[in-house]
Amino acid sequence: MLNRRDFLKTAGLAGGALLLPVLSGRALAAARRAHVVVVGGGYGGATAAKYLRMWSGGAVDVTLVERDPQFISCPISNLVIGGVKTLADITLGYEGLRDTWGVKVMKDEVTAIDPAARTLRLAVGGTLSWDRLVLSPGVDFQFDQVPGLGSEAARARILHAWKAGAQTVALRAQLEAMPDGGVYALTIPLAPYRCPPGPYERACVVADYFRRAKPKSKVLVLDANAEIISKKALFTQAFARYQGILEYRPNSALREVDAASRTAVLDFENVKADVLNVVPPQRAGAIATQAGLKLINGRWVDIDWLTFESVNTPGVHVLGDAIFPAPTMPKSGHMANQHAKVAAAAILRLLAGEAPNPTPVVMNTCYSFVDATHVIHVSSVHQYDAAQRTVLPVAGAGGVSVDASEQEGRYALAWAHNIWADMLA
Amino acid sequence: MTLSPRCAVFGLLFGLATMAHASPAPDPDLARNLAATCTSCHGTDGHARPDATMPVLAGVPAPELMQKLREFRSGTRRATIMPQIAKGYSEAQLELIAAYFAARQ
Repeated sequence: MLNRRDFLKTAGLAGGALLLPVLSGRALAAARRAHVVVVGGGYGGATAAKYLRMWSGGAVDVTLVERDPQFISCPISNLVIGGVKTLADITLGYEGLRDTWGVKVMKDEVTAIDPAARTLRLAVGGTLSWDRLVLSPGVDFQFDQVPGLGSEAARARILHAWKAGAQTVALRAQLEAMPDGGVYALTIPLAPYRCPPGPYERACVVADYFRRAKPKSKVLVLDANAEIISKKALFTQAFARYQGILEYRPNSALREVDAASRTAVLDFENVKADVLNVVPPQRAGAIATQAGLKLINGRWVDIDWLTFESVNTPGVHVLGDAIFPAPTMPKSGHMANQHAKVAAAAILRLLAGEAPNPTPVVMNTCYSFVDATHVIHVSSVHQYDAAQRTVLPVAGAGGVSVDASEQEGRYALAWAHNIWADMLA
Repeated sequence: MTLSPRCAVFGLLFGLATMAHASPAPDPDLARNLAATCTSCHGTDGHARPDATMPVLAGVPAPELMQKLREFRSGTRRATIMPQIAKGYSEAQLELIAAYFAARQ
């Protein structure tokens, strides 16, 4: 396969980079194979890599840069914490992208992006050049917003488990080691954060574990928000079924932690826990800031909803949890998968010198377990509004479950296996 | 002077072309792109995993899919989530989606 550098060599244009700006985009696309680099192999990035290859019929070269050797799913990871699933159940490889779809998968980390030169630097693998760049960096935690979590030692003791992997297993181990009669406290940051229903689901599955294994123990939910921010009525019902085990406290913003004593410092009280689980406030992955992309509220990337291109950095498309969401749009894996398809379609049109689809649609489905088998959902459909230049939820569409059910429990697991295949197989 | 049929057709086409020019050109991949919003759950190109939990959409005749989708929209077909989702798409969008999946092997 001919890459850009090889093509320039064969064409005798070793210094050709200087000539490139005088060629139009269309002439460039016709002159050589286009190369798209995707950074981040989660729900957004993996989907983008596959769909760029699939929808271009292999005509566009795609490189996926991912720092972890395997994909570990955040959705379903609460079941690992609850002891119902194992980490192996939510771990998948990238070989499908490589072998079936011809994506070049590099286990590496991006250290710097130069949007003007259309290059990026890797920690190990040198420099890559690209025609279009897709960033799907997910979130970084704002540990500086939680005094007491500054040190590695503190963060090894007070876990987030909000990125699935080693922390998921470690939190499970803390819960297993906790004596019966202990307190598990979970703190939730102000919205927006990754996976709005996720903390409430976690509280439920841990309460379910306690009911089965440690019936004298307590789950204490300390929510910085004024109320449950997702599936409120359904989670309120679920919490009621854990009466005596689970206590929910709204307006309970975390101000500080004392890692040594596992104490959460709130405005008016200190809460000492046996297992303290802090979901820290979040922002777009640091690489977005490094690349100079325009952020909203200093946290989330401002994008054009027709292309997912950064509003101030042409050629750089951003997906998933890192973007400033459209109205009522959740930060979910399902939504990142949907972003990726709109972006992949737009990128292929732009590489061909054509306009992107003027009417993109995305939709969301989030399933949450309220115990090991019973599940509730929230759904929404979002259509592009040309006047407001954003995607808006369709009035009268979407909604939530009537009640938790085992039927939706089966759908939730089927959803996971199907979306993992849609991304990776 | 009477307008010949050919002139009338030309006039109609010209009118359509002008109208089309006023709004952005439709996306040539619209059906594929719309169908891709379904495939997070129903599998790439409608090839859901063969465990029968999520219906396979690939190769289902378009009239059959459209009937179900219309029933979801109108509320006559009960389900946990599809009535909520089907209401988010226009009839024309659902027609494109059904035709796309019907044509998958």
